[in-house]
Amino acid sequence: MRIECPHCGERDLREFTYRGHALALSRPSEGASAEEWDDFLHNRDNPAGATQDLWRHDPCGAWLVAERSTTTHQVRATRAVRGGEA
Amino acid sequence: MRYSGFRVFREGLRRNSGWQPLWRDPEPKPAYDIVIIGGGGHGLATAYYLASEHGLTNIAVLEKGYLGGGNVGRNTTIVRANYLLPGNSEFYSHSLKLWEGLEGALNFNVMHSQRGVLNLFHSDGQRDAAVRRGNAMINQGDDAILLDREGVREKVPFLDFDNHRFPVYGGLFHPRGGTARHDAVAWGFARGADMRGVDLIQNCEVTGIDIEGGLVRGVQTTRGAIRAGKVGIVVAGRSSQVAAMAGLRLPIESHVLQAFVTEGLKPCLDHVVTFGMGHFYISQSDKGGLVFGGDLDFYASYAARGNLPMAEHVMEAGMSLMPMIGQARVLRSWGGIMDMSPDGSPIIDRTPVEGLYLNCGWCYGGFKAVPGSGFAFAHLLAQDRPHETAARYRLDRFRTGSGLMDEEGTGSQHNLH
Amino acid sequence: MRVRGGHEIDRRTPIRFTFDGRVIEGFQGDTVASALMAAGVRLVGRSFKYHRPRGLVTAGSDEPNALVTTGQGAEQRPNTRATMQEIWPGLEVQSQNRWPSLSIDAMAVNDLVSPFLGAGFYYKTFMWPRSFWEKVYEPAIRRAAGLGALSGDSAADRSERAFAHCDLLVIGAGPTGLMAALTAARAGADVILADENTRPGGRLLSERIEVGDEPGAEWAARAAAELAAMPNVRILSRTTVTGAYDGGTFGALERVALHAAPGAAPPECFWRIAARRAVLAAGALERSIAFPSNDRPGILMAGAARSYLHRWGVTPGKRVAIFGNNSDIYRTAKDLSAAGVEIAFVADTRPGESGKGDWPVFQDARVVATRGRRGLSGIKLDHSGGTAQLRADALLVAGGWNPAVHLTCHMNGRPVWDEAIAAFVPAPGAVPGLIAAGAAAGRFSTAACLADGVRAAGEALEELGYSLRGRPDLPEAEDAPYDITPLWTVKAPGRAWLDLQNDVTTKDVRQAAQENMTSVEHMKRYTTQGMATDQGKGSNVQALAVLADATGRGIAATGTTTFRPPYVPVPIGAMGAGARGEGFAPRRLSPTHAACVARGAPMIEAGLWMRPSYFPRDGERDWRESCDREVGHVRHAAGVADVSTLGKIDVQGPDAGRFLDFVYANGMSGLAPGRVRYGLMLREDGHVMDDGTAARLGDAHFLVSTTTAAAAQVMAHMEFVQQAYLPDLDVAFSSVTDAWAQFAVAGPRARDLLDRVLDRPVSWDGWPFMSCGDVSVGGVPGRLFRISFSGELGYEIAVPARYGGALFEALVARAEDMGGGAYGMEAMNVLRLEKGFLTHAEMHGRVTAFDIGLQGMLSAKKDFIGKGAAARPGLLDATRERLVGLRAVEPEDRIVAGAHLFGETGSEGYVTSAGFSPTLGGFIGLGFLRNGPERYGERLILKDRLRRIEAKVDVVAPGPFDPEGGRMRG
Repeated sequence: MRIECPHCGERDLREFTYRGHALALSRPSEGASAEEWDDFLHNRDNPAGATQDLWRHDPCGAWLVAERSTTTHQVRATRAVRGGEA
Repeated sequence: MRYSGFRVFREGLRRNSGWQPLWRDPEPKPAYDIVIIGGGGHGLATAYYLASEHGLTNIAVLEKGYLGGGNVGRNTTIVRANYLLPGNSEFYSHSLKLWEGLEGALNFNVMHSQRGVLNLFHSDGQRDAAVRRGNAMINQGDDAILLDREGVREKVPFLDFDNHRFPVYGGLFHPRGGTARHDAVAWGFARGADMRGVDLIQNCEVTGIDIEGGLVRGVQTTRGAIRAGKVGIVVAGRSSQVAAMAGLRLPIESHVLQAFVTEGLKPCLDHVVTFGMGHFYISQSDKGGLVFGGDLDFYASYAARGNLPMAEHVMEAGMSLMPMIGQARVLRSWGGIMDMSPDGSPIIDRTPVEGLYLNCGWCYGGFKAVPGSGFAFAHLLAQDRPHETAARYRLDRFRTGSGLMDEEGTGSQHNLH
Repeated sequence: MRVRGGHEIDRRTPIRFTFDGRVIEGFQGDTVASALMAAGVRLVGRSFKYHRPRGLVTAGSDEPNALVTTGQGAEQRPNTRATMQEIWPGLEVQSQNRWPSLSIDAMAVNDLVSPFLGAGFYYKTFMWPRSFWEKVYEPAIRRAAGLGALSGDSAADRSERAFAHCDLLVIGAGPTGLMAALTAARAGADVILADENTRPGGRLLSERIEVGDEPGAEWAARAAAELAAMPNVRILSRTTVTGAYDGGTFGALERVALHAAPGAAPPECFWRIAARRAVLAAGALERSIAFPSNDRPGILMAGAARSYLHRWGVTPGKRVAIFGNNSDIYRTAKDLSAAGVEIAFVADTRPGESGKGDWPVFQDARVVATRGRRGLSGIKLDHSGGTAQLRADALLVAGGWNPAVHLTCHMNGRPVWDEAIAAFVPAPGAVPGLIAAGAAAGRFSTAACLADGVRAAGEALEELGYSLRGRPDLPEAEDAPYDITPLWTVKAPGRAWLDLQNDVTTKDVRQAAQENMTSVEHMKRYTTQGMATDQGKGSNVQALAVLADATGRGIAATGTTTFRPPYVPVPIGAMGAGARGEGFAPRRLSPTHAACVARGAPMIEAGLWMRPSYFPRDGERDWRESCDREVGHVRHAAGVADVSTLGKIDVQGPDAGRFLDFVYANGMSGLAPGRVRYGLMLREDGHVMDDGTAARLGDAHFLVSTTTAAAAQVMAHMEFVQQAYLPDLDVAFSSVTDAWAQFAVAGPRARDLLDRVLDRPVSWDGWPFMSCGDVSVGGVPGRLFRISFSGELGYEIAVPARYGGALFEALVARAEDMGGGAYGMEAMNVLRLEKGFLTHAEMHGRVTAFDIGLQGMLSAKKDFIGKGAAARPGLLDATRERLVGLRAVEPEDRIVAGAHLFGETGSEGYVTSAGFSPTLGGFIGLGFLRNGPERYGERLILKDRLRRIEAKVDVVAPGPFDPEGGRMRG
C-alpha cells in the first residue's frame, strides 16, 4: 500500500502510523457533555467503504488525512491536517 | 445420529453411505421467539445454549454466507484463561471450563488440546506484569506457573537463548491453555443446536431490523421478512453495519488481523508460545502446520486481508525468537475482520432498543470465548439479565468510565488493543 | 529413462547426488525430478493420510507428490519440490513421511483401513475415554501428520530481502510475457520481468512449437537476450511472484542460490516490488481427470511429460499411454515418438476421429482401472469399440488447462467461469493495475499469446503515459483452437483421486455433500481437498465439478475457489530475513555505554535502550550489595547516574507556553524563565500518558522531558496536537533526546561535585529547587537543572552528546574521591521508591491522575488534552485501585512486584514496584489498592502465589523517606 505524504511524496505503508478516523480532528470544546466526549472518543460509523483516516508519516512527522476505502484499501486522496476539519 | 468410534467403524463397513447431514437446511419460518443474527462461533454457541440450557428452541440463526465462514473459520485457534483484569478473568475462566467438557456435550471432537500456553517476557518490568497476571489467574482458580529462563528452555529448547536481541528472562506458563480445531467448534455447536430444533438458515443476509415504538419486531432478510420477539446481534466485524439498521452507533472499529500457516511438518512445537516484544504467537496444528500471527495491520479494514509490512514483522518476530522455523514455508495467509473496542474487551449487553441485544467487541480474541460468550449471551437473551461471568461487559462503560477492562493499557484508541 | 534432446541440461557436466542414500547421476541443469526420472526412479514419496506410493505428477512448482528434504542441520529444507530443486554435486535428498523406507512404509496400513478414515472421521471419534485425546490419540495423530521435518537447528539467516520499483511488472516470461516486456521496454518503460524458471521462455521451452521460423525456445532466448541488454529492464529468473497486495505492491521469492551448494550467496531473496502497472502472463496449469486408481507412480500430466522431454531429455516410461479430453494428447504422442519412445496407445475421451499416428487410438475412451502398486504396469480402458487391457509403464493425462488466476484472487477477487474453455479466468480489474494476458487469461494458442502480450503491454503503457514506439512485430505461430470436451471424472468402481497429497477422493466429496457440507468452503474444510501444499492447484476444479454434480448445480453456481497469498510457499526465513540477533531491532546506546561496560556494569534492556543495572565493585557478592552501596552514595555523599535516555523535546516560539498549557494537565505558560516545573500529561481519554518536567530556558524556549519509555509516544502526540488542534500557534519543536547527554548528580555533596567540573563557580543560592540555566563545563556549553528523582539535593547536568562519555568519567572520578560514585537502574529504583516517585510501572496505562493522587494538578482554568474524559464519574470513583505505599512489617519479609494485596474481601490491590531500602532497613513498595489513600495504617497480607511469597505489609503514604522533602529542597 502506498500513501502520499504532503511533504515527501508517495511512500510505502511501512513508513506510516495509523491513528483512527479523521473525526479526531473535531475535538469537543471545553465543557462539552459526557455524551459528546463518548461519541468523540469511542463511537464510530465504522463504514465498509469510503472513510477518512488520520495517518502520521513517521520519517517527517507530518500528520495527514487520507480518503481511503476500508474494503479495497485504495487511497483516493491525502491532505495535510488542518485544525477543525474532519 | 450419535458419533463415536463404533459408529465410524460401522459406517465404514457400509462404505460411508449412511452418514446423516450434520444439520438441516430449513426454510425460514415467518416468526421465531428469538432470532440470532450471525452464524459464526458465538452465534451458533448462543443458539446451542439457548436450547440446551434454557430449553428454548423456537430460534433461528441467520447467517449471510455459510456457517462458520467468518472469524471462527480463520483464526489461530488459541484457547486460554489467562487474563489480568476482573471482568475478563471470571469470564474466560468459565469459558475454559466449558471447553473442557465440550466434546462430551456436543458429541463432536473439537480437538481441544490443553498443551499449555507460554507467555515469554524479556525484561524485569514485563516479568513483574506477568507475575501480577499469574497471580490474578491463580486467585481466579486457574493455573499459572512462573518459569525462569532455564524453565523456559526445558519446555522450548529451540528458542534463541544465546543471541536474541531481547533475551528471554522467563515465561508465564498456563498448562490448561492450548488449542482446538476451529471449524470443528463451529460445526459442533451448529449440529448441536440443529439437532435440538434450532433452525440454521444460511445464505440469509439481514438487510433491516424492524422497530416499532422502541421495540424490536423482527428483521428483513434476503430470504424474506422474519418476525422475532428478541433479536441478538453477534456478527463480529460487521457489528456496526447491522447495528446501524437499528439506528445504533457502536464503539467499534473494524480492523484486519493477518494469520499464517506453514506446510505440514513433523511435530516440533508442543505448546502455544507468545513473544513478549511484539504480539507474535505460534503453535502447531495437529495436521503439522505451524499456525502463527502477530499484530493487527493497524488500519481500519473490511477486506479480510493485510499487507506485507506487518506480514514481514510477524516473520521477523518468528525468526528472531525461534530461528529453527526459518526453513518452514508459509503455505497460506489470510485475514479476518476484527471488531475492535476502545478497551479491547467485549460487549454483551442489551441495547437502547428493547428486545435488541448485542454481542461484539471481541477484537482478535473471540475464539477462546466461543463457549463462554454463547453461554452468557444465551442467558441474557433468555432471562434478560447478564450472566454473572459476563456482567461487566456493559455497553455504557466507555461513557461512564466505570468498569473499563483495558488489558493492554493503551487507552481509547481502538487499534491499539 | 534418458532420451535425446533436452536443452536445459549440459551432458558434458555430469553431477552426482544422493536420494535416500542412493547415488544418482544426472547432468548440470537437471532437477532432482528429471534426474530421478532419467534414472528410472518412479517412487518419490508417500501420500499424507494413506501413505500410498507417489510419483511425479508435474514438472513445476504445483507438484503435489514429490516433496523431499534436502540438506542437513541448519541447511535442512523440508518439503522441497523435487521439480524445483536443481541438482548440484553432493546434494543430499531424502524422501519424506515414510518409515522405515520409501519402498516399505509401515504406515501404508492406513490404506487398508481407509473406509474408516474417510472425510471428517476424526470429528466423529477419538472422544472416549476423555483423557485419551491428549495422552493417546492426539500424539499419534501429530506423529502421523506433517510431511517433512525441521532439523531443530537454527536456520542460518543468510537469505535477504530487497525492494524494487518499476513501471511495469511482467509476471511470467513465456511468449505472452516476453512480448509484453519487449513492447513496454522498447517504449522506454522500466520493466521487471519475473519468471519462475531458470530462464525465460515459459511453455515454449516445453513444446515443439515454432515462433517465426525458429524453434520457440530459440526465439525466447533471443528475445530474452535483447531484454537483458536494455538498461531499463531487469530480468528476475528463478523468481516466483507470490502475492499481489495493495497499491501495486507484489511479493516475489527468488531462488538465488539454491541450485548450488551453500556458499556465500544468499539462498533466497524475498522481493517487495512496487509496480505502477503489471501484466499477469503466468500461463496455465494442467489438470488431471479423476479416474479409478489415477494416483499410481507413473501417471503424470501430459504437459509435464513434454516438459521433461524437451527441457531435460527424459521420458517417464518406456511404453507410454496417453489419455485426455483435448488435442494435447496427439501432440504428446508425436513428440515422444519422435524422441524414440514407444507409445502404447492414445485414448481420447471425445467421440469421433481427432488424430492418428503409428499407435492405437481409442475414441470415447475412459480409463476405468490401472495396475501396479509401486509403479504403473497396466491400464484398463472402456472405449467406443469395447474394452481394452494394455501394458504401459507411464500414463500421461491431459485433462485441460486452468489459467493461473491465483494472483487475481489475492485482493478479494473471484475468478469467472468460462464455459467455452471449461476453466476459470480472471475477473477484469480484480487487482487494480494488473492486466491478465495470454494463457492466464484463457487464450491458449501461441499466436494468441504473442498478440495478447503486446495488447496488454499497450494498455499498460497508455495508462502510464508512454507512447508505443518500436512496437515489436508479431511473429507467426500456431493458432490452433483449444478443442476440449470437459470430462472431470470417470464413474467406475474404485477410488478416484482428486487431491493426491491429502488423499481426497471423489467419494469423499460426495460424502461431504451427503452430510450437507454443500458449500465449497465447507466441502474443502471437511474433506481437506485443496489444503495441501499445492493449495489445490491440481484438484480444485475437478473437486468443484464433483460437488456441483452431487448437489445438482452447475460449476459456476456451486461457487468459485479462491486463492490467497503466497502463490508458492515462502520460507519464513526469507520473508523475515535479517531479523536474527541484532537485526531484529535497533539498539540505542547512551554516550556512556562504553564507560559502563568498562566498569563491568550489566547492561539491561529499557525498551530499545541499554542502561546500566549497577556498577559492581571488587568483593561484592551480588547485585544487592552493589545496589545498597550505590543508594548509600546518593543518600550520604554524591552519586552520578546517566539519565540521557529520558526523552527531551525542545519547544520554541512565542506560543510555546500556550502550547504546553494544552498538552499538560497543569499550567506551564506561567512558569518563569529559569524555572522548572513537574508536568503531568494525560491521554485524551483522561488517563495518564506520561509525566516529566518542563524547563523554561527563555521566554520562548522550553525543554520538555519525558520518561524513557514514552518519549516517542509523547513526541508523536505533540505533533498531532499541534497540527490538528493548534496549527495557528507560533511554536515549533524537535526531539533532542539523542543530542544531549544528561547526568543526575545527587547527594549531600552534589554541589561540591559540580563545583569541581563547572568552569565558573555557581552561586548555589541563585539556584532554587526546580531551576535551570546555562553553564559551561570543561569548556563546553551545557545546561544545569536543579531537579531530583532521588529525593536528595540533586541536579542534572547536560552537555552535547559527544561530550557525554568524557563528562561521565570526570563526574564519577570526582564522586569516588568524595566517597560516592556511579549508580545504576537498581539503585535509582530504590531511591525513587523511598520517595514515592512514579515510573511507568505505576503509570501503566490504566491509571488516572486521581488514582495517583495528582487530581489537583488538573487545571480548572484552561482546556487541556484529557480534561473532558477525565471527568467521567467512573474515573473518579473512590473505590478505584489507588496509589499507596507499602512497608513490610517484618524486616526479613519481601515485598515483590506483581504480588496481590489481600484484605477481607480477597484480592483488593496489587504491587507495582518494590525493593529493599537500606535507608529504611526493610522492603518497601508502591501499589494500587481499592480506596487506597483512605486506608493508610491498615495491615494487609501480600501474596505472590506464583512464587509462594507471603508477607504482612502496612499501607502507608507513598514515599516514606523524608516526606517533607527537605533534603531535596534545601
